[in-house]
Amino acid sequence: MSALRQIAFYGKGGIGKSTTSQNTLAALAEMGHRILIVGCDPKADSTRLILHAKAQDTILSLAAAAGSVEDLEIEDVMKVGYQDIRCVESGGPEPGVGCAGRGVITSINFLEENGAYEDIDYVSYDVLGDVVCGGFAMPIRENKAQEIYIVMSGEMMAMYAANNISKGILKYAMSGGVRLGGLICNERQTDKELELAENLAKKLGTQLIYFVPRDNIVQHAELRRMTVLEYAPESDQANHYRELARRIHNNAGNGVIPTPITMDELEDMLMEHGVIKTIDESQVGKTAAQLELA
Amino acid sequence: MSMSETQNVAEIKARNKELINEVLQVYPEKTAKRRAKHLNVHEAGKSDCGVKSNLKSIPGVMTIRGCAYAGSKGVVWGPIKDMIHISHGPVGCGQYSWAARRNYYIGTTGIDTFVTMQFTSDFQEKDIVFGGDKKLAKIIDEIQDLFPLNNGISIQSECPIGLIGDDIEAVSKVKSKEYEGKTIVPVRCEGFRGVSQSLGHHIANDAIRDWVFDKAEGKDAPAGFEATPYDVAIIGDYNIGGDAWSSRILLEEMGLRVIAQWSGDGTLAELEATPKAKLNVLHCYRSMNYISRHMEEKYGIPWCEYNFFGPSKIAESLRKIASYFDDKIKEGAERVIAKYQALVDDVIAKYRPRLEGKTVMLFVGGLRPRHVIGAYEDLGMEVVGTGYEFGHNDDYQRTAQHYVKDGTLIYDDVTGYEFEKFVEKVQPDLVGSGIKEKYVFQKMGVPFRQMHSWDYSGPYHGYDGFAIFARDMDMAINAPVWKMAETPWKAKPKPHLMAAE
Repeated sequence: MSALRQIAFYGKGGIGKSTTSQNTLAALAEMGHRILIVGCDPKADSTRLILHAKAQDTILSLAAAAGSVEDLEIEDVMKVGYQDIRCVESGGPEPGVGCAGRGVITSINFLEENGAYEDIDYVSYDVLGDVVCGGFAMPIRENKAQEIYIVMSGEMMAMYAANNISKGILKYAMSGGVRLGGLICNERQTDKELELAENLAKKLGTQLIYFVPRDNIVQHAELRRMTVLEYAPESDQANHYRELARRIHNNAGNGVIPTPITMDELEDMLMEHGVIKTIDESQVGKTAAQLELA
Repeated sequence: MSMSETQNVAEIKARNKELINEVLQVYPEKTAKRRAKHLNVHEAGKSDCGVKSNLKSIPGVMTIRGCAYAGSKGVVWGPIKDMIHISHGPVGCGQYSWAARRNYYIGTTGIDTFVTMQFTSDFQEKDIVFGGDKKLAKIIDEIQDLFPLNNGISIQSECPIGLIGDDIEAVSKVKSKEYEGKTIVPVRCEGFRGVSQSLGHHIANDAIRDWVFDKAEGKDAPAGFEATPYDVAIIGDYNIGGDAWSSRILLEEMGLRVIAQWSGDGTLAELEATPKAKLNVLHCYRSMNYISRHMEEKYGIPWCEYNFFGPSKIAESLRKIASYFDDKIKEGAERVIAKYQALVDDVIAKYRPRLEGKTVMLFVGGLRPRHVIGAYEDLGMEVVGTGYEFGHNDDYQRTAQHYVKDGTLIYDDVTGYEFEKFVEKVQPDLVGSGIKEKYVFQKMGVPFRQMHSWDYSGPYHGYDGFAIFARDMDMAINAPVWKMAETPWKAKPKPHLMAAE
């Protein structure tokens, strides 16, 4: 087996990162790879579909109960789910208190120091939507994830987030080895979605690694806290995730240093594809009532 | 001024200007440009010292400054003796500010007074991740259990509190209610705020305004308090080595009643009573002008700056303070001045001959870079260079208008390198600064006195303090040990070493 691959899924909140990553990782496990998922979201729901339950024993909650993270053993926090995928959740404070970013740093250091990365082929980090501070950038910093996959859609804000995440990768690409693996478009059925996604990928200097079509079977599986691969292994959707997994597996070493674009360029791109209309500069900042008067 | 003196001043000015240019030369261009604004040679008649101040120190230089937490916990709040001050955050800030700044106090430590004790929430990783509010609440409960005679609690924020957004105000309110209206003061003095300890003083003053004064509003005067027409509060005296005590007796002897000491040997009740004062007398302007101005605006209490270093300034100050009161107090001031004249004469007779003409360079904090100049002059000494760690322009105005001589070297937020070079070239007979500077200069063969802690001596305020001040300066300068050391600039050229062949 080749060396450990460390990958991470980033993207706008609500875009389907956790669903896409868990389905893809389940497909990778099916291919015979040994997988560890590290959930880096205080909500601790990055491994729910693999474990059939929300992980209760997060690293940080156990550390708080025991006194400090040094008091924990790796067995305390690691759960094994579908296809023997190993799962840990960083966890974190309830919304509005403390520092969740520091929590991510603490958790990842704990996992590294305690040998969580031994005897596995893939580590996957699932990070919450917005990289709001240094803590959430931890997985893209030195010696962590080598390839980042950005989950996005044809929606303006999802592409905006993808561009921002690329900026984060660019920042750390120089000091460490992190690269952009590609974009994964999770179909929202917006206008010219594939075309836009491909175009954005091109502008960012990367590729659209896969276009995952929308299918209600994902929701059906999710209601049962399962991946599509487990719930309906024969379905078309399961095959889509298998294809995405295969492409990610073959994408080793093909990551790039992204070339993020400016907000203006992004808007221009959307205009080119007719997603937003060209707007007269004189109308910027005017309310509907003001425009009617004019 | 005689012809030769004029020429001498011109020479000194030229030398000092050249010296400034010389130290600036080692810096990169941008740094030199920025530091140049903080260094100057004082021109008599100017309204300030011609330096920029209260600006960010430059990375890479060795600054002598502290942080906002130091300004609040270490300076303003720490000496309030019957309150417990929690260093809220990781243990280091509390550990290194343990035991106070020699703020003397009367009381039984650990029972009803707590100044030299150290309370910290000792933040661990989990407190950062999950927030420290619950821990803080628990600490307050423990303090109430273990030290039931404490009269109040202040929460001194270290950096992480602001970073993780803990709601210490909410905890304070809840706990205050739980303990029957107990005074619990959250202070947002996170160390990263501002450019020096100066902002910490301001934040601490504001916290007294918002959490002590406003809370006491509408309530009756403290139990047993009866106002008199002669009530004054000493503001900005931290009682280093007993300074406030040797000041207080003079005010009392002239017929005034001191109802509060801010904050050396002070209590919460004294803070609360201060809005009843007839006059606030302000020693350290830098650290407590904010609350003095507030009391003037809100309660109509005038405030008056004074200086109790050295007999000339003491007499001037006593008369200035008395001018706010009736003839009884004015006569009192004269009586006090006359009473101590004999002591002053004795001190000067003994020490002036030993110190006459000696030169001093200072670099200190709040008020001392200017306030002590008079005391040195009373002993026939001359301050040839001075500067503030964290002064603002109003400090340099006061310095220029009332204290320094033409040609004095002025250095704001001096760097370690600059200070060393200045002393090396100016060759003063004494340097007065802090513990970090002490051994550098003593190793250079220059006598030194710590002017923050009085070098474990004091008090230096008042007439009694002047006698100690004079003795200490004599002891530093005329110690026989200096005859045994070779002053570098007086060193003879060494013979060339012969290589062994």
